[in-house]
Amino acid sequence: MSLPAFELLQPGTLSKALKLLDETPTAVPIAGGTCLLVDLRRRAASADVLLDLSRVQELRRIEIADGKLVIGATVTIAKLLASPAVERCAGVLREACKTFAAPLVRNRATIGGNLVHASPAADTAPPLLLLDAAVELQAHGRKRLMPLARFFAGPCETRLRRGYLLTAVRIPVLEGTPRWAYEKLRLRNANAISVVSVAALTVPTGDGPPEVRIAIGAVAPIPIRARDAEEALRGTELTERAIVTAAKIAAEEARPIDDIRGSSGYRRREVEVLVRRCLSRLMKSDGGETDGE
Amino acid sequence: MESRKVELQVNGRVHAVLLAPNVTLLQALRDLGYTDVKNGCEKGDCGACAVLLDGVAVNSCLVLAWQAEGARITTNAGLGTLEHPHPIQEAFADAGAVQCGFCTPGMVIATKALLARNADPTDDEIRDALSGNLCRCTGYGQIVTAVRLTAERLRRSSLSPSSSLREAGRERGPTDRVLVSDDVTEVGDDS
Repeated sequence: MSLPAFELLQPGTLSKALKLLDETPTAVPIAGGTCLLVDLRRRAASADVLLDLSRVQELRRIEIADGKLVIGATVTIAKLLASPAVERCAGVLREACKTFAAPLVRNRATIGGNLVHASPAADTAPPLLLLDAAVELQAHGRKRLMPLARFFAGPCETRLRRGYLLTAVRIPVLEGTPRWAYEKLRLRNANAISVVSVAALTVPTGDGPPEVRIAIGAVAPIPIRARDAEEALRGTELTERAIVTAAKIAAEEARPIDDIRGSSGYRRREVEVLVRRCLSRLMKSDGGETDGE
Repeated sequence: MESRKVELQVNGRVHAVLLAPNVTLLQALRDLGYTDVKNGCEKGDCGACAVLLDGVAVNSCLVLAWQAEGARITTNAGLGTLEHPHPIQEAFADAGAVQCGFCTPGMVIATKALLARNADPTDDEIRDALSGNLCRCTGYGQIVTAVRLTAERLRRSSLSPSSSLREAGRERGPTDRVLVSDDVTEVGDDS
Protein backbone atom coordinates (compact mmCIF):
# COMPACT_ATOMS: atom_id res chain seq x y z
CA MET A 1 0.00 0.00 0.00
CA SER A 2 1.37 3.43 -0.87
CA LEU A 3 1.81 6.23 1.62
CA PRO A 4 -1.07 8.67 2.10
CA ALA A 5 -0.64 12.18 0.73
CA PHE A 6 1.13 14.69 2.97
CA GLU A 7 3.13 17.88 2.82
CA LEU A 8 6.78 17.58 3.84
CA LEU A 9 8.53 20.49 5.54
CA GLN A 10 12.33 20.29 5.62
CA PRO A 11 13.84 22.91 7.92
CA GLY A 12 17.61 23.17 8.08
CA THR A 13 17.88 24.54 11.61
CA LEU A 14 16.20 23.95 14.97
CA SER A 15 14.83 27.49 15.21
CA LYS A 16 13.27 27.13 11.77
CA ALA A 17 11.81 23.75 12.76
CA LEU A 18 10.27 25.23 15.93
CA LYS A 19 8.88 28.15 13.98
CA LEU A 20 7.28 25.82 11.43
CA LEU A 21 5.82 23.74 14.25
CA ASP A 22 4.45 26.92 15.83
CA GLU A 23 2.76 27.85 12.55
CA THR A 24 1.53 24.30 11.91
CA PRO A 25 1.06 22.65 15.31
CA THR A 26 -0.52 19.57 13.74
CA ALA A 27 2.67 18.79 11.80
CA VAL A 28 4.06 15.40 12.78
CA PRO A 29 7.84 15.28 13.24
CA ILE A 30 9.68 12.60 11.29
CA ALA A 31 13.33 11.62 11.65
CA GLY A 32 14.27 8.00 10.90
CA GLY A 33 10.71 7.16 9.89
CA THR A 34 11.12 3.52 10.91
CA CYS A 35 7.88 3.60 12.92
CA LEU A 36 5.99 6.54 11.44
CA LEU A 37 6.22 5.53 7.77
CA VAL A 38 5.11 2.01 8.62
CA ASP A 39 2.15 3.35 10.64
CA LEU A 40 1.20 5.83 7.90
CA ARG A 41 1.33 3.13 5.27
CA ARG A 42 -1.03 0.83 7.15
CA ARG A 43 -3.18 3.84 8.07
CA ALA A 44 -2.53 3.37 11.79
CA ALA A 45 -1.36 7.00 11.89
CA SER A 46 -2.37 9.99 9.85
CA ALA A 47 -0.66 13.29 9.10
CA ASP A 48 -1.40 16.09 6.68
CA VAL A 49 2.01 17.63 7.26
CA LEU A 50 5.31 15.99 8.21
CA LEU A 51 8.16 17.97 9.71
CA ASP A 52 11.41 16.35 8.58
CA LEU A 53 14.11 16.74 11.23
CA SER A 54 16.83 14.93 9.31
CA ARG A 55 18.47 18.17 8.14
CA VAL A 56 18.64 19.75 11.60
CA GLN A 57 22.27 19.42 12.70
CA GLU A 58 21.65 20.66 16.27
CA LEU A 59 19.59 17.56 17.05
CA ARG A 60 22.35 15.13 16.11
CA ARG A 61 24.85 15.95 18.87
CA ILE A 62 26.12 13.79 21.68
CA GLU A 63 27.92 15.83 24.34
CA ILE A 64 28.73 15.95 28.02
CA ALA A 65 27.80 19.26 29.65
CA ASP A 66 27.23 20.21 33.32
CA GLY A 67 27.48 16.63 34.50
CA LYS A 68 24.91 15.46 31.97
CA LEU A 69 25.25 13.27 28.92
CA VAL A 70 23.12 15.12 26.38
CA ILE A 71 21.91 13.11 23.40
CA GLY A 72 20.19 14.95 20.55
CA ALA A 73 16.76 13.66 19.57
CA THR A 74 17.78 12.48 16.10
CA VAL A 75 20.89 10.59 17.14
CA THR A 76 20.44 7.14 15.61
CA ILE A 77 20.65 3.88 17.53
CA ALA A 78 23.75 3.03 15.43
CA LYS A 79 25.41 6.30 16.53
CA LEU A 80 24.61 5.52 20.18
CA LEU A 81 26.31 2.15 19.74
CA ALA A 82 29.39 3.82 18.26
CA SER A 83 29.68 6.62 20.84
CA PRO A 84 32.49 6.33 23.44
CA ALA A 85 30.62 8.85 25.67
CA VAL A 86 27.53 6.62 25.69
CA GLU A 87 29.67 3.58 26.40
CA ARG A 88 31.33 5.36 29.32
CA CYS A 89 28.31 7.11 30.86
CA ALA A 90 25.34 4.98 29.81
CA GLY A 91 26.60 1.43 29.23
CA VAL A 92 23.18 -0.04 29.98
CA LEU A 93 21.61 2.09 27.22
CA ARG A 94 24.26 0.86 24.81
CA GLU A 95 23.52 -2.74 25.78
CA ALA A 96 19.82 -2.28 24.99
CA CYS A 97 20.72 -0.74 21.61
CA LYS A 98 22.56 -3.93 20.64
CA THR A 99 19.26 -5.80 20.44
CA PHE A 100 17.25 -2.92 18.94
CA ALA A 101 15.53 -4.20 15.74
CA ALA A 102 18.29 -4.98 13.19
CA PRO A 103 21.29 -3.08 11.78
CA LEU A 104 19.45 -1.57 8.80
CA VAL A 105 16.79 -0.12 11.13
CA ARG A 106 19.37 0.93 13.74
CA ASN A 107 21.00 3.08 11.05
CA ARG A 108 17.79 5.15 10.74
CA ALA A 109 15.83 4.84 14.00
CA THR A 110 16.49 7.63 16.49
CA ILE A 111 16.43 7.87 20.28
CA GLY A 112 13.86 10.69 20.16
CA GLY A 113 11.64 8.73 17.80
CA ASN A 114 11.77 5.69 20.04
CA LEU A 115 10.67 7.76 23.06
CA VAL A 116 8.01 9.85 21.29
CA HIS A 117 6.48 6.72 19.75
CA ALA A 118 6.14 5.60 23.40
CA SER A 119 5.64 1.91 22.83
CA PRO A 120 5.44 0.05 26.19
CA ALA A 121 8.23 -2.09 24.66
CA ALA A 122 10.46 0.83 23.57
CA ASP A 123 13.98 -0.56 23.88
CA THR A 124 15.69 2.64 25.00
CA ALA A 125 13.15 3.40 27.73
CA PRO A 126 14.08 1.01 30.59
CA PRO A 127 17.79 1.96 30.52
CA LEU A 128 16.93 5.67 30.37
CA LEU A 129 14.44 5.35 33.26
CA LEU A 130 17.13 3.55 35.21
CA LEU A 131 19.54 6.44 34.63
CA ASP A 132 16.92 9.04 35.73
CA ALA A 133 17.00 10.63 32.28
CA ALA A 134 15.02 13.76 31.48
CA VAL A 135 13.71 14.88 28.11
CA GLU A 136 14.26 18.40 26.82
CA LEU A 137 11.10 19.75 25.18
CA GLN A 138 11.17 22.87 23.05
CA ALA A 139 8.55 25.02 21.40
CA HIS A 140 9.05 28.30 19.55
CA GLY A 141 10.61 30.54 22.27
CA ARG A 142 10.02 28.04 25.07
CA LYS A 143 12.04 25.24 26.59
CA ARG A 144 11.34 22.84 29.44
CA LEU A 145 12.70 19.69 31.01
CA MET A 146 10.57 16.74 32.04
CA PRO A 147 11.64 13.57 33.83
CA LEU A 148 11.29 10.68 31.39
CA ALA A 149 9.25 8.85 34.04
CA ARG A 150 6.59 11.57 33.66
CA PHE A 151 6.83 11.77 29.86
CA PHE A 152 5.08 8.46 29.15
CA ALA A 153 1.30 8.71 29.58
CA GLY A 154 0.06 5.39 28.20
CA PRO A 155 0.60 2.96 25.34
CA CYS A 156 1.89 5.15 22.48
CA GLU A 157 0.87 8.29 24.40
CA THR A 158 3.11 10.97 25.85
CA ARG A 159 2.73 14.28 27.69
CA LEU A 160 4.35 16.11 24.78
CA ARG A 161 2.17 19.15 24.20
CA ARG A 162 1.16 20.39 20.79
CA GLY A 163 3.78 22.72 19.33
CA TYR A 164 6.57 21.10 21.34
CA LEU A 165 9.40 19.01 19.99
CA LEU A 166 11.47 16.51 21.95
CA THR A 167 14.92 17.94 21.25
CA ALA A 168 17.29 16.01 23.53
CA VAL A 169 17.65 13.41 26.25
CA ARG A 170 19.67 14.41 29.31
CA ILE A 171 21.28 11.72 31.43
CA PRO A 172 22.94 12.58 34.76
CA VAL A 173 26.48 11.21 34.73
CA LEU A 174 26.76 9.01 37.82
CA GLU A 175 29.70 9.34 40.22
CA GLY A 176 31.85 6.34 41.00
CA THR A 177 31.44 3.12 39.07
CA PRO A 178 27.83 2.08 38.70
CA ARG A 179 27.27 -1.48 37.54
CA TRP A 180 24.41 -2.62 35.40
CA ALA A 181 22.72 -5.67 33.90
CA TYR A 182 20.21 -5.96 31.06
CA GLU A 183 17.95 -8.75 29.82
CA LYS A 184 15.57 -8.70 26.87
CA LEU A 185 13.32 -11.68 26.35
CA ARG A 186 12.43 -11.93 22.67
CA LEU A 187 11.03 -14.55 20.34
CA ARG A 188 13.79 -14.22 17.77
CA ASN A 189 17.21 -12.61 17.68
CA ALA A 190 16.61 -9.72 15.30
CA ASN A 191 13.72 -7.40 14.51
CA ALA A 192 12.06 -8.59 17.70
CA ILE A 193 9.77 -6.55 19.91
CA SER A 194 10.57 -7.42 23.50
CA VAL A 195 8.26 -9.72 25.45
CA VAL A 196 9.82 -8.50 28.69
CA SER A 197 12.89 -6.37 29.24
CA VAL A 198 14.64 -5.71 32.53
CA ALA A 199 17.44 -3.27 33.28
CA ALA A 200 19.09 -3.02 36.68
CA LEU A 201 21.79 -0.78 38.08
CA THR A 202 23.70 -0.44 41.34
CA VAL A 203 25.04 2.95 42.36
CA PRO A 204 27.72 3.14 45.07
CA THR A 205 26.56 5.26 48.05
CA GLY A 206 29.82 5.68 49.95
CA ASP A 207 29.85 3.57 53.12
CA GLY A 208 26.47 1.88 52.90
CA PRO A 209 25.17 -0.76 50.53
CA PRO A 210 24.75 0.44 46.95
CA GLU A 211 21.48 1.89 45.73
CA VAL A 212 19.69 -0.58 43.49
CA ARG A 213 17.52 0.54 40.59
CA ILE A 214 15.28 -1.66 38.45
CA ALA A 215 13.33 -0.78 35.31
CA ILE A 216 11.00 -3.05 33.35
CA GLY A 217 9.60 -2.78 29.85
CA ALA A 218 6.74 -4.32 27.85
CA VAL A 219 4.87 -5.39 31.00
CA ALA A 220 2.75 -2.32 31.79
CA PRO A 221 0.99 0.43 29.78
CA ILE A 222 4.30 2.34 29.93
CA PRO A 223 7.89 1.35 30.70
CA ILE A 224 8.30 1.68 34.49
CA ARG A 225 10.71 1.61 37.42
CA ALA A 226 9.96 -1.20 39.86
CA ARG A 227 9.85 1.24 42.79
CA ASP A 228 8.47 -1.21 45.38
CA ALA A 229 11.20 -3.71 44.62
CA GLU A 230 13.81 -0.94 44.81
CA GLU A 231 12.33 0.16 48.16
CA ALA A 232 12.55 -3.40 49.50
CA LEU A 233 16.27 -3.39 48.71
CA ARG A 234 17.00 0.04 50.19
CA GLY A 235 19.81 -0.01 52.74
CA THR A 236 20.32 -3.76 52.46
CA GLU A 237 23.13 -5.70 50.87
CA LEU A 238 22.25 -7.70 47.78
CA THR A 239 21.91 -11.25 49.09
CA GLU A 240 20.32 -14.24 47.39
CA ARG A 241 17.39 -13.97 49.75
CA ALA A 242 16.89 -10.24 49.20
CA ILE A 243 17.05 -10.80 45.45
CA VAL A 244 14.37 -13.49 45.49
CA THR A 245 12.08 -11.22 47.49
CA ALA A 246 12.72 -8.17 45.30
CA ALA A 247 12.09 -10.18 42.11
CA LYS A 248 8.71 -11.31 43.44
CA ILE A 249 7.78 -7.74 44.31
CA ALA A 250 8.82 -6.52 40.84
CA ALA A 251 6.59 -9.19 39.27
CA GLU A 252 3.69 -7.86 41.38
CA GLU A 253 4.36 -4.33 40.15
CA ALA A 254 4.07 -5.43 36.52
CA ARG A 255 0.69 -5.04 34.84
CA PRO A 256 1.22 -7.12 31.70
CA ILE A 257 -1.31 -7.87 29.00
CA ASP A 258 -1.90 -10.91 26.82
CA ASP A 259 -0.78 -10.44 23.25
CA ILE A 260 0.71 -12.28 20.30
CA ARG A 261 4.12 -12.39 21.99
CA GLY A 262 3.07 -13.84 25.32
CA SER A 263 0.36 -14.16 27.96
CA SER A 264 0.21 -11.84 30.94
CA GLY A 265 0.95 -14.75 33.28
CA TYR A 266 4.05 -15.71 31.32
CA ARG A 267 5.24 -12.12 31.28
CA ARG A 268 4.76 -11.69 35.04
CA ARG A 269 6.68 -14.89 35.67
CA GLU A 270 9.47 -13.74 33.34
CA VAL A 271 9.76 -10.39 35.13
CA GLU A 272 10.56 -12.34 38.29
CA VAL A 273 13.08 -14.57 36.49
CA LEU A 274 14.83 -11.73 34.66
CA VAL A 275 14.98 -9.40 37.68
CA ARG A 276 16.49 -12.23 39.70
CA ARG A 277 18.97 -12.92 36.92
CA CYS A 278 20.01 -9.26 36.60
CA LEU A 279 20.37 -8.72 40.35
CA SER A 280 22.30 -11.96 40.79
CA ARG A 281 24.79 -10.77 38.22
CA LEU A 282 25.15 -7.45 40.02
CA MET A 283 25.67 -9.28 43.33
CA LYS A 284 28.43 -11.45 41.84
CA SER A 285 30.36 -8.79 39.95
CA ASP A 286 32.66 -7.22 42.50
CA GLY A 287 34.81 -5.06 40.24
CA GLY A 288 33.93 -1.65 38.88
CA GLU A 289 33.51 -3.11 35.41
CA THR A 290 30.10 -3.02 33.90
CA ASP A 291 28.84 -6.48 33.24
CA GLY A 292 26.52 -7.06 30.34
CA GLU A 293 27.01 -10.78 29.86
CA MET B 1 0.76 17.97 -2.10
CA GLU B 2 3.29 19.73 -4.31
CA SER B 3 5.89 17.79 -6.21
CA ARG B 4 9.30 19.32 -6.52
CA LYS B 5 12.47 18.65 -8.44
CA VAL B 6 14.83 16.51 -6.41
CA GLU B 7 18.35 15.54 -7.37
CA LEU B 8 19.16 11.95 -6.55
CA GLN B 9 22.74 10.81 -6.91
CA VAL B 10 22.58 7.10 -7.66
CA ASN B 11 25.61 4.93 -8.41
CA GLY B 12 27.55 8.00 -9.51
CA ARG B 13 24.82 9.45 -11.74
CA VAL B 14 22.74 12.46 -10.84
CA HIS B 15 19.06 12.30 -11.73
CA ALA B 16 16.83 15.35 -11.54
CA VAL B 17 13.41 13.93 -10.75
CA LEU B 18 10.03 15.52 -10.11
CA LEU B 19 8.79 13.83 -6.95
CA ALA B 20 5.82 14.13 -4.61
CA PRO B 21 6.74 14.26 -0.90
CA ASN B 22 5.19 10.87 -0.15
CA VAL B 23 7.36 8.93 -2.61
CA THR B 24 9.80 6.60 -0.88
CA LEU B 25 13.37 6.29 -2.01
CA LEU B 26 12.56 2.67 -2.92
CA GLN B 27 9.78 3.76 -5.26
CA ALA B 28 11.84 6.55 -6.81
CA LEU B 29 14.79 4.23 -7.46
CA ARG B 30 12.67 1.52 -9.05
CA ASP B 31 10.85 4.07 -11.22
CA LEU B 32 14.25 5.37 -12.35
CA GLY B 33 15.09 1.84 -13.47
CA TYR B 34 17.15 0.69 -10.49
CA THR B 35 15.10 -2.48 -10.25
CA ASP B 36 17.92 -4.29 -8.49
CA VAL B 37 16.44 -2.59 -5.41
CA LYS B 38 13.63 -4.99 -4.49
CA ASN B 39 10.28 -4.17 -2.94
CA GLY B 40 9.74 -6.83 -0.28
CA CYS B 41 7.77 -5.96 2.84
CA GLU B 42 7.68 -2.14 2.72
CA LYS B 43 8.03 -1.98 6.50
CA GLY B 44 11.70 -2.44 7.23
CA ASP B 45 11.50 -6.11 8.14
CA CYS B 46 13.10 -7.82 5.12
CA GLY B 47 16.03 -5.74 3.88
CA ALA B 48 15.38 -6.52 0.19
CA CYS B 49 15.31 -2.78 -0.57
CA ALA B 50 18.61 -2.03 1.19
CA VAL B 51 20.84 0.63 -0.34
CA LEU B 52 23.82 2.59 0.95
CA LEU B 53 23.14 6.23 1.86
CA ASP B 54 26.55 7.87 2.15
CA GLY B 55 27.94 4.41 2.89
CA VAL B 56 25.33 3.58 5.55
CA ALA B 57 23.03 0.63 4.82
CA VAL B 58 19.34 1.51 5.14
CA ASN B 59 15.96 0.19 4.08
CA SER B 60 15.00 2.43 1.16
CA CYS B 61 11.30 1.74 1.85
CA LEU B 62 11.65 3.73 5.08
CA VAL B 63 13.39 6.74 3.57
CA LEU B 64 11.42 9.46 1.81
CA ALA B 65 13.02 10.31 -1.54
CA TRP B 66 13.21 13.98 -0.52
CA GLN B 67 15.26 12.94 2.54
CA ALA B 68 17.84 11.27 0.29
CA GLU B 69 18.63 14.43 -1.64
CA GLY B 70 22.30 15.31 -1.35
CA ALA B 71 23.33 11.81 -0.29
CA ARG B 72 25.39 9.36 -2.30
CA ILE B 73 23.04 6.48 -3.01
CA THR B 74 24.60 3.12 -3.90
CA THR B 75 22.61 0.10 -5.01
CA ASN B 76 23.82 -3.42 -5.64
CA ALA B 77 24.13 -2.63 -9.36
CA GLY B 78 26.38 0.29 -8.49
CA LEU B 79 28.94 -2.03 -6.91
CA GLY B 80 29.61 -4.09 -10.02
CA THR B 81 28.29 -5.30 -13.36
CA LEU B 82 27.85 -8.70 -14.94
CA GLU B 83 31.17 -8.25 -16.76
CA HIS B 84 32.94 -6.76 -13.75
CA PRO B 85 31.26 -8.09 -10.63
CA HIS B 86 32.20 -6.79 -7.22
CA PRO B 87 34.07 -9.37 -5.11
CA ILE B 88 30.96 -9.69 -2.90
CA GLN B 89 28.80 -10.49 -5.93
CA GLU B 90 31.41 -12.93 -7.22
CA ALA B 91 31.58 -14.71 -3.88
CA PHE B 92 27.76 -14.94 -3.66
CA ALA B 93 27.75 -16.68 -7.06
CA ASP B 94 30.69 -18.93 -6.20
CA ALA B 95 29.25 -19.98 -2.85
CA GLY B 96 25.81 -20.78 -4.25
CA ALA B 97 24.36 -18.05 -2.05
CA VAL B 98 21.81 -17.04 -4.69
CA GLN B 99 18.66 -19.11 -5.03
CA CYS B 100 15.64 -17.12 -6.23
CA GLY B 101 17.83 -14.02 -6.01
CA PHE B 102 15.23 -11.65 -4.58
CA CYS B 103 17.06 -11.02 -1.31
CA THR B 104 20.50 -10.95 -2.93
CA PRO B 105 20.86 -7.22 -3.73
CA GLY B 106 19.98 -6.35 -0.13
CA MET B 107 22.28 -9.05 1.23
CA VAL B 108 25.13 -7.70 -0.92
CA ILE B 109 24.53 -4.15 0.36
CA ALA B 110 24.44 -5.30 4.00
CA THR B 111 27.64 -7.26 3.38
CA LYS B 112 29.32 -4.22 1.83
CA ALA B 113 28.45 -2.16 4.93
CA LEU B 114 29.74 -4.90 7.26
CA LEU B 115 33.07 -5.40 5.46
CA ALA B 116 33.69 -1.65 5.31
CA ARG B 117 33.96 -1.56 9.10
CA ASN B 118 35.07 -5.12 9.82
CA ALA B 119 37.43 -6.84 7.39
CA ASP B 120 37.50 -10.11 9.31
CA PRO B 121 34.05 -10.78 10.79
CA THR B 122 33.20 -13.91 12.76
CA ASP B 123 30.19 -15.98 11.69
CA ASP B 124 28.21 -14.45 14.57
CA GLU B 125 29.11 -10.95 13.42
CA ILE B 126 28.08 -11.86 9.86
CA ARG B 127 24.75 -13.23 11.07
CA ASP B 128 24.16 -10.13 13.17
CA ALA B 129 25.03 -7.78 10.29
CA LEU B 130 22.62 -9.60 7.97
CA SER B 131 19.91 -10.08 10.61
CA GLY B 132 17.69 -7.44 9.02
CA ASN B 133 17.78 -9.24 5.66
CA LEU B 134 15.41 -12.13 5.13
CA CYS B 135 15.95 -14.97 2.64
CA ARG B 136 12.65 -16.75 2.02
CA CYS B 137 14.57 -19.58 0.29
CA THR B 138 16.30 -19.90 3.70
CA GLY B 139 19.71 -20.28 2.11
CA TYR B 140 21.43 -18.58 5.03
CA GLY B 141 24.27 -21.09 5.33
CA GLN B 142 25.60 -20.33 1.86
CA ILE B 143 25.07 -16.60 2.36
CA VAL B 144 27.24 -16.62 5.48
CA THR B 145 29.79 -18.68 3.55
CA ALA B 146 29.74 -16.10 0.74
CA VAL B 147 30.43 -13.23 3.14
CA ARG B 148 33.27 -15.16 4.76
CA LEU B 149 34.64 -15.99 1.31
CA THR B 150 34.53 -12.34 0.26
CA ALA B 151 36.34 -11.29 3.42
CA GLU B 152 39.02 -13.92 2.89
CA ARG B 153 39.53 -12.96 -0.74
CA LEU B 154 39.68 -9.24 -0.01
CA ARG B 155 42.13 -9.76 2.83
CA ARG B 156 44.29 -11.91 0.58
CA SER B 157 44.11 -9.42 -2.30
CA SER B 158 44.91 -6.50 -0.02
CA LEU B 159 48.28 -8.16 0.50
CA SER B 160 48.95 -7.95 -3.24
CA PRO B 161 48.73 -4.34 -4.42
CA SER B 162 47.68 -5.08 -8.01
CA SER B 163 44.47 -6.85 -7.08
CA SER B 164 43.41 -4.37 -4.38
CA LEU B 165 43.54 -1.69 -7.06
CA ARG B 166 41.28 -3.90 -9.12
CA GLU B 167 38.55 -3.59 -6.50
CA ALA B 168 38.94 0.12 -6.06
CA GLY B 169 38.63 0.64 -9.82
CA ARG B 170 35.27 -1.05 -9.88
CA GLU B 171 33.51 1.53 -7.80
CA ARG B 172 32.50 4.41 -9.95
CA GLY B 173 33.25 7.99 -9.09
CA PRO B 174 30.63 10.29 -7.63
CA THR B 175 29.58 12.12 -10.78
CA ASP B 176 30.19 10.16 -13.94
CA ARG B 177 27.38 11.84 -15.71
CA VAL B 178 25.12 14.70 -14.74
CA LEU B 179 21.72 14.93 -16.33
CA VAL B 180 20.62 18.46 -17.03
CA SER B 181 17.27 19.67 -15.81
CA ASP B 182 15.41 19.18 -19.08
CA ASP B 183 16.01 15.49 -18.51
CA VAL B 184 13.62 15.69 -15.57
CA THR B 185 11.84 12.41 -15.13
CA GLU B 186 8.42 12.42 -13.59
CA VAL B 187 7.81 9.69 -11.06
CA GLY B 188 4.27 8.90 -10.01
CA ASP B 189 3.15 8.65 -6.41
CA ASP B 190 0.22 6.34 -6.96
CA SER B 191 1.81 3.01 -7.82
